[in-house]
Amino acid sequence: MTKENWRHIIRIGLLMGLIILMTSVIGMVETFNERALVVGYLTLGQLLLYVPALYGGYISVPAGEHRAVPQRLLGGLVAGLLAAVPAILLVLLATSWPDIRTYFVNISPKLITILTSGRAVGPGIGLLAGEMAVLGLIGAAIHLIPDRVRRPIVIALVVTAIFALFSDVPLNIANQLMERNVVRILFGTKGITPLTAVIVFAIALLSAFFWTLKGSSAFQRRRATQTPAQAKRSQQIATIVLLLVLLVLPRVLGIFLTNVLDQVGIFVLMALGLNIVVGFAGLLDLGYVAFFAIGSYVTALLTSTGDLGMGMNFWVAVPIAVVSATLAGIILGIPVLRMRGDYLAIVTLGFGEIIRVLVRSDLLKPVIGGAQGILNIGRPTIGGFEFVTPLHFYYLILLGCILAWYIASRLRDGRIGRRWMAMREDEDVAEAVGINLVATKLLAFSIGAAFAGLAGALFAPRIGSVFPNSFELLISINVLAIVIVGGIGSLPGVVLGAFVLVGLPELLREFEEYRLLMYGILLITMMLVRPEGLWPSAITRREMHAAEEDAAREGIQAEEVQPLV
Amino acid sequence: MSNILEATNVTKRFGGLVAVNNLTYSIPKGSIVSIIGPNGAGKTTFFNCITGFYKIDEGEFNFDGQSIKGKSPDQITKMGIARTYQNIRLFAYMSAIENILAGMEPRLRSPWFGPVFGLRSTRLEEEKAVVEANQLLNFVGLRGKGDNLARNLPYGDQRRLEIARALAGNPKLLLLDEPTAGMNPRETAETTEFIRNLRDEVGITVLLIEHDMRVVMGISESITVLDYGEKIAEGTPADIQRNTRVIEAYLGRGAAGAAHLTINQESESGA
Repeated sequence: MTKENWRHIIRIGLLMGLIILMTSVIGMVETFNERALVVGYLTLGQLLLYVPALYGGYISVPAGEHRAVPQRLLGGLVAGLLAAVPAILLVLLATSWPDIRTYFVNISPKLITILTSGRAVGPGIGLLAGEMAVLGLIGAAIHLIPDRVRRPIVIALVVTAIFALFSDVPLNIANQLMERNVVRILFGTKGITPLTAVIVFAIALLSAFFWTLKGSSAFQRRRATQTPAQAKRSQQIATIVLLLVLLVLPRVLGIFLTNVLDQVGIFVLMALGLNIVVGFAGLLDLGYVAFFAIGSYVTALLTSTGDLGMGMNFWVAVPIAVVSATLAGIILGIPVLRMRGDYLAIVTLGFGEIIRVLVRSDLLKPVIGGAQGILNIGRPTIGGFEFVTPLHFYYLILLGCILAWYIASRLRDGRIGRRWMAMREDEDVAEAVGINLVATKLLAFSIGAAFAGLAGALFAPRIGSVFPNSFELLISINVLAIVIVGGIGSLPGVVLGAFVLVGLPELLREFEEYRLLMYGILLITMMLVRPEGLWPSAITRREMHAAEEDAAREGIQAEEVQPLV
Repeated sequence: MSNILEATNVTKRFGGLVAVNNLTYSIPKGSIVSIIGPNGAGKTTFFNCITGFYKIDEGEFNFDGQSIKGKSPDQITKMGIARTYQNIRLFAYMSAIENILAGMEPRLRSPWFGPVFGLRSTRLEEEKAVVEANQLLNFVGLRGKGDNLARNLPYGDQRRLEIARALAGNPKLLLLDEPTAGMNPRETAETTEFIRNLRDEVGITVLLIEHDMRVVMGISESITVLDYGEKIAEGTPADIQRNTRVIEAYLGRGAAGAAHLTINQESESGA
């Protein structure tokens, strides 16, 4: 093996080692060790230790390299071994210098026990090094399996891991559908039983096999030969099926997950609105939470039966709340019309903060309650029926989301959508072709604000009370992150983004402490690996990959020219 | 013949620099006229003043009998002035058809909420607009390229598309900023012919900024020469070629005698 190869292996190994060290020192390994994935066999903490070693072994063999097999395996082994080095040093340090906890609170005896698998220091370290080395070896050996077999296995492993990690979802569904003792065979209090792991792995493996073998090519063939009429029909069928699924979903999920869905739905509604402002019209708005706050507070004030409220009917209050948010959108829009990019972001940021400060101020306390908020918000009713449970609100929020989606998609495809797109591309030229920038920008701002107002109007009665701290800057950032991670300007992307950034963290409540850390890692990774978002709109895909296409085109031209030289 | 555009004593300053100085200028309806001048003479600045992109400091603009001074670019475009740009400025990531549809803005009337309520009038207007956009695409010779992204079109096609976008709003006056820049002689000849057709068949008044003297001399009914923001000469192509101040502006004082001959010969061989 060349010097270059070794350098690569050492770099990978130590990098993975650093990741293991980091997660240990900040306490993730210990916290996550409490959470079983496969009961009795694997905890999340262990996964956190082992996956870097395995992955390090895997990528120690660069793509397209043709070294001899023993050399490749040796490389993986060394990478795995190196990944263990920082953790070993940590164990030695912690045992020889007990005071280290004064400086790093998370280096606890328990962590050392996890790292040494409960053995004495000497054998413990040996075991850790051995495990990591073997994992690195396995990682490198994965390359030896033919691609046809490897892909399904990797997919099945990942699926099983995700299933175990989010076992709350299948557990809640199982609780609705199955007998109590059957559920106990399949799930632990946390995580899944080995039996379930095997079943899930087998099913995933078989389907992945079938898919790579036959399914995907058949699917693509059918897709390619489809006439536009057929494509439209199958899309209609898909839409109807999706709607039916959404209607029965809460019945299957149970109360906990329905509550999570409600939360996601509120954010979907906001993200659909912000997507109009940022995604369609290209105006960066960092104070979006202000409109959400206005929607919430107006609804709260109008419907509350407490001292501050007027006890109005919810259905009368909602339109007033939406209109108030829309007006606020216009009021914010007018002064910022002439601003672009960064300046706009700063002004909207300020606006969001003004609203938050006003809401918690003593000045307005007699009117809107200050830090004590508004309590006893009225519940929506239809006839004698009262909306109380998460299930009831689910349908209300779903209705709101469908309405918002419909409006957003219609506007995008219409004349105003084209104006927004033109304005986003080149503001000066857009004005020169006869687009009224003032009206076009104000429309984007006010429609976006209206969606947030509606979200607020649904949020207030669902919680039953509103407090200033529900409307922090972080909400604006969250919604913006949803839009960007999902795919800027893309409606399905925005919904997906809300599920990933709001839904998943709700399911991993036990890691509350590390929520923002993981959030940050996810955002950085996304921007590096997939800047166009999870489900990009057609136009962002064009923009993001235009440079690559250009390079490809030039490359082809260069090749065409070459034979002549 | 009445004038479609009248500029009276127009001045535009950038700080201490006077880019357009006390310019009085008019364009007869239905004519093709050109503005020429050395680099930095204020030609494009004058364009930007007409289209409302720059606010003029002094003077008066009248278009078709109405004042356009102080109006915003979109209002001026809606009154019937359309333009193209020296360095092409299409909506790069929109398709050719979408670019033309955006250019139709001055004519479209349907309200923004039309699609939400599925209004019949909105749908009909959109359908009609797409048909017309396709006709326009064919008219400028881009048949079948409607779905291409503007940025993926070849250079010459991008110039045509930009003209099509300008025409989409049914302008009365078309401002073309160096329409043949970067074109080969054949494309230049085609474009010249195309501009003449526009006037003859569609009846649009055309104002050109152009550096290619063959185009300018061949097509213009009247030429205005700017230097340091001032009008130094105005007249028919033949007048301009003989004008000593023009030759000095282009080639420097003292060159007048020698250059006179050269320009004359060039235009004759080109014609």
